[in-house]
Amino acid sequence: MTLLRVEDLHKTFGGVGAIQDLTFSINPGTIHSIIGPNGAGKTTLFNLITGLYEPTRGRIHFNDADITGQPPHVLARHGLSRTFQNLQIFLNMSAMDNVMVGYHLRCDGRFLPSLFRFPSVVRKDAEYRERAAALMAFVGLEDYVAADASAMPYGALKRLEIARALAVQPKMLLLDEPAAGLNPSETLAIDGLIQKVAGRGVTVVLVEHDMRLVWAVSDHILVLDHGRKLAEGTGPEVRSNPDVVAAYLGEGGRDR
Amino acid sequence: MGFWQPRRAGILALAAVIAVLPAVLPNAFYYDVVILVGINAIVCVGLNLLIGYGGQISLGHAGFFGLGAYFSAVLTGTYDWPPLAALATGAVSVGVLSFIVARPILKLKGHYLAMGTLGMGIIISIALNQEVDITGGPDGMPVPAFAIAGWEPSSEQTWYWIVAALLMISVWLALNLIDSPVGRALRSVHGSEVAASVAGVDVTRYKILIFVVSAVMASFAGSLYAHYTGFITPDEASFFHSIEFVTMVVLGGMASTFGSLVGAAILTILPQLLTVLHDFEMLAFGAILMGTMIFMRKGLVPSLVDLAKRARP
Repeated sequence: MTLLRVEDLHKTFGGVGAIQDLTFSINPGTIHSIIGPNGAGKTTLFNLITGLYEPTRGRIHFNDADITGQPPHVLARHGLSRTFQNLQIFLNMSAMDNVMVGYHLRCDGRFLPSLFRFPSVVRKDAEYRERAAALMAFVGLEDYVAADASAMPYGALKRLEIARALAVQPKMLLLDEPAAGLNPSETLAIDGLIQKVAGRGVTVVLVEHDMRLVWAVSDHILVLDHGRKLAEGTGPEVRSNPDVVAAYLGEGGRDR
Repeated sequence: MGFWQPRRAGILALAAVIAVLPAVLPNAFYYDVVILVGINAIVCVGLNLLIGYGGQISLGHAGFFGLGAYFSAVLTGTYDWPPLAALATGAVSVGVLSFIVARPILKLKGHYLAMGTLGMGIIISIALNQEVDITGGPDGMPVPAFAIAGWEPSSEQTWYWIVAALLMISVWLALNLIDSPVGRALRSVHGSEVAASVAGVDVTRYKILIFVVSAVMASFAGSLYAHYTGFITPDEASFFHSIEFVTMVVLGGMASTFGSLVGAAILTILPQLLTVLHDFEMLAFGAILMGTMIFMRKGLVPSLVDLAKRARP
């Protein structure tokens, strides 16, 4: 049984093939990493899977449904969520409200109940505020429950994004460079958080440049180069693959 | 929760101001200014939902205001409809019209959205000017009194209470909306459209929704204005009037409902006060606006709230 199945995926930008002939699948309940040199197409692949881009060709199946070309807000309903390489925080809102937006699909988003402040809306909001606070504690943001997002440090915002993505209650969570911009001790903490998230039964897919993090957490690794699949397998398999060493780590990479 | 205090305090403060004002307003002229403040404030509360919370600009909302005014004027004046029915028909028609324009126009962003809404407002203004047989053209047209089942508000005082009550309701509904799933969705669209959509927010739907809501509120205020003043011209739908509304929202403070009230009050009252300066009236007006925006960039109310917070942490 597979959770995500990508078949013969292509994406071209003005004639340049960003993703080509890509076929792979992801099993539920594991931590996957997608690695590759800069420009290999990792973020493009994320944007295709999460519906921000439409593929030029090929199909994407998620949880036995064909989700090719569906917009992101529909994919959220299917149980697909993500974070961003360059943070996409709602800086005009409180930290708590950022997480509450993640619960949007669970709350009553209809106009009239909100306009007249129906008791059911108020009750549900209060209930989800409690859950949002618990979720913030889960990612280690218990000190920021009452903070404005614009007043939070970078490392905390990265966690806030993860909390918001988890509020969607995804089956699969895609993390685009969760460790970028973090110092080694913060990276270690994110490592622990990713394992905790996977422990909750969420399938995690990582794009990451910090190789130590990749080796430490990944059950399965997909290597991209120039938009094509270069190799696939467990950490040790990928590490000993000569193509990977040459293309990704460079000739000097053998010493690492 | 702490969040509740400012909200309740704001509504109580507004109620207090409304209750006290009649005791200090010396004559009908002052009532007239305050009533116009109230009507403008209703437009601005709606427009702020679109601009301040939803993060979308509109330079054409006077068009909706003007349409509301002319629906009331034409239906009651030419066709003898009851004013309430005319007002409702105007609001529904403007709602439908804004819904139709919303989808294509809200695909635009930033400067382009400003240009798109600007064009929309100008088209409405031109139509009102040109359809002389229906609207009377640039000379304007008279509007019958706001009669409800034989009763009509005759004095400024009566109008004052009508507008005050409607403003209170508008503010209450706007505050409800802001602190709700719909309001959070709107603010998230302002913060980051891609993050909002990934979180499950149908960005297009909420943009259209709030555009229609703000347009209907403008139409509603336009109908009130028509009946109150008793005479309207296509100037109510002009580009400059649209800019005035946006300036009220920005001056008072984007994403601040009470800021919209303050902005509407200042921009309505200030020109009256500055008449003592004669030839230098517009100069002083512009200087005050520039000064405020340079030194209080977030707008009056949010800047003052920040100041108060810093003084008493």
